[in-house]
Amino acid sequence: MTTENPLDNYIDAVAKALALPVEEAWRPAVRANLEVSLRLARLVDEFPLPDETEPASVYTA
Amino acid sequence: MTVNSDGLSAQQIAQAVAGGKLSAIDATEAALARIAKYDSVLNSFTDITADRARAKARAVGAAVAAGQKVGPLAGVPFAVKNLFDVKGLATRAGSKINRDLAPSPRDATLIERMEAAGAVLVGALNMGEYAYDFTGENVHDGPSCNPHDPTRMTGGSSGGSGSAVGGALVPIALGSDTNGSIRVPSSFCGVFGLKPTYGRLSRARSFPFVASLDHLGPLARNVGDLALAYDAMQGPDADDAACTTRPVEPVAPLLAKGVDGLRVAVAGGYFQKNVFPEAVEAVARIAKALNATKTVEIPEAARARAAAYVITTTEGASLHLDRLRQRPNDFDPAVRDRLIAGAMVPAPLVDRAQKFRRWFRARVLELFQSVDVIIAPATPCIAPKLGQVTFTLDGVELPVRANIGIHTQPISFIGLPVVAVPVPLEPMPIGVQIIAAPWREDIALRVAHALDRMGAAAAPAPRGLS
Repeated sequence: MTTENPLDNYIDAVAKALALPVEEAWRPAVRANLEVSLRLARLVDEFPLPDETEPASVYTA
Repeated sequence: MTVNSDGLSAQQIAQAVAGGKLSAIDATEAALARIAKYDSVLNSFTDITADRARAKARAVGAAVAAGQKVGPLAGVPFAVKNLFDVKGLATRAGSKINRDLAPSPRDATLIERMEAAGAVLVGALNMGEYAYDFTGENVHDGPSCNPHDPTRMTGGSSGGSGSAVGGALVPIALGSDTNGSIRVPSSFCGVFGLKPTYGRLSRARSFPFVASLDHLGPLARNVGDLALAYDAMQGPDADDAACTTRPVEPVAPLLAKGVDGLRVAVAGGYFQKNVFPEAVEAVARIAKALNATKTVEIPEAARARAAAYVITTTEGASLHLDRLRQRPNDFDPAVRDRLIAGAMVPAPLVDRAQKFRRWFRARVLELFQSVDVIIAPATPCIAPKLGQVTFTLDGVELPVRANIGIHTQPISFIGLPVVAVPVPLEPMPIGVQIIAAPWREDIALRVAHALDRMGAAAAPAPRGLS
């Protein structure tokens, strides 16, 4: 059952919040991609940065 | 008219046209004939702009006949990845959905600049859907095919650009590179590709993918042609918010300066892992040709690749959010599912990736105080077979798609200029990245030119076309 994976509840909630359709047939691929994205994002998250660090996207007026 | 333009470089065509030894219309007709003959094998073109090309070629011919000065690309046929706006065409960007867009009212800035220099646009090129691709495969238009072995991938997402130049259909093509999409097809198709510094070349009127990381640039069969196209396209452009206000800094006159005095190092650590023997061999050959014995460690390269991935998937999702809602079944399912997942990455993680980008940039700029050039693989392997899903490295089965760009992503992440140079190995070529500090395209191109001249890098004749 797909609901056994905790990420499925998250996918359902965010899909609803963003009004994004996620058909059941797509769910395994969406979940697999999300797992990769979150794993890589965690790698960045784990890296300590000073509070003063500006994002690279900072706007110049 | 005594010159046959088949096999001529852009520089040779332009000189022959300017000198009255070759007509621009003959050069254009020859390119159209090559496309007609070989593109059934390569599938590199999605649009052929023959009428427009003939009109432009005749205008160049009239200027020559009138004794007017013509540009440095006079009569040179070129083509563009189909995410560039071409007046009169819907900018499909490799998708089905965008075919419903209205025809573009105006060319992309870079097309205008190429044509202002005398070049002749002959068509638009196949690409991976919405540029979210490293393979050159496309579910709507079919895959672009490798000119050295049509059963193999071109690499992507500028697959048609690599194929058309590698197959010698046109001497110059334009592509885009967000995470490697110029450098990967350059590697697999055996051509030279320039990903300039982020912000150097205008992206105005091209279909975006990831605003933080998108670059445009040329692919060519030699470095002289690459520099000629690059010089023609430089310059500020208010229509691209990221485009530099720096003045034009021509590199063509600097190529002959050579590499004396330049400090060249090989990227170690991350860039020497997950590579097949052919990539190791290619880097070793280039290092030897440049007498590079030093190794530098680019710190936290794996994390840089991860951060590039996060920014890509989330900005890409943001770009396509409405299309994902309204026309999800018209996407390539693999692209759709990646983008939907991208929309679900929590915002703080994206912000941290952008902060890490600034940290990483500062560390890498420190490296450039002690070296001028860093060399690294462009791809971990030669072109995989079309449809190939996995490859086995050191006994471990890995997904092809996710691993093709592992060595290009950390570099474009901070917008460094890179020339991908082709090393003509057998049975297939493979590329090496020549990486310089920001705004030093001149250095990367000088090194690439020296390698081109000494034969260590060369675009092989297409082996898959007969």
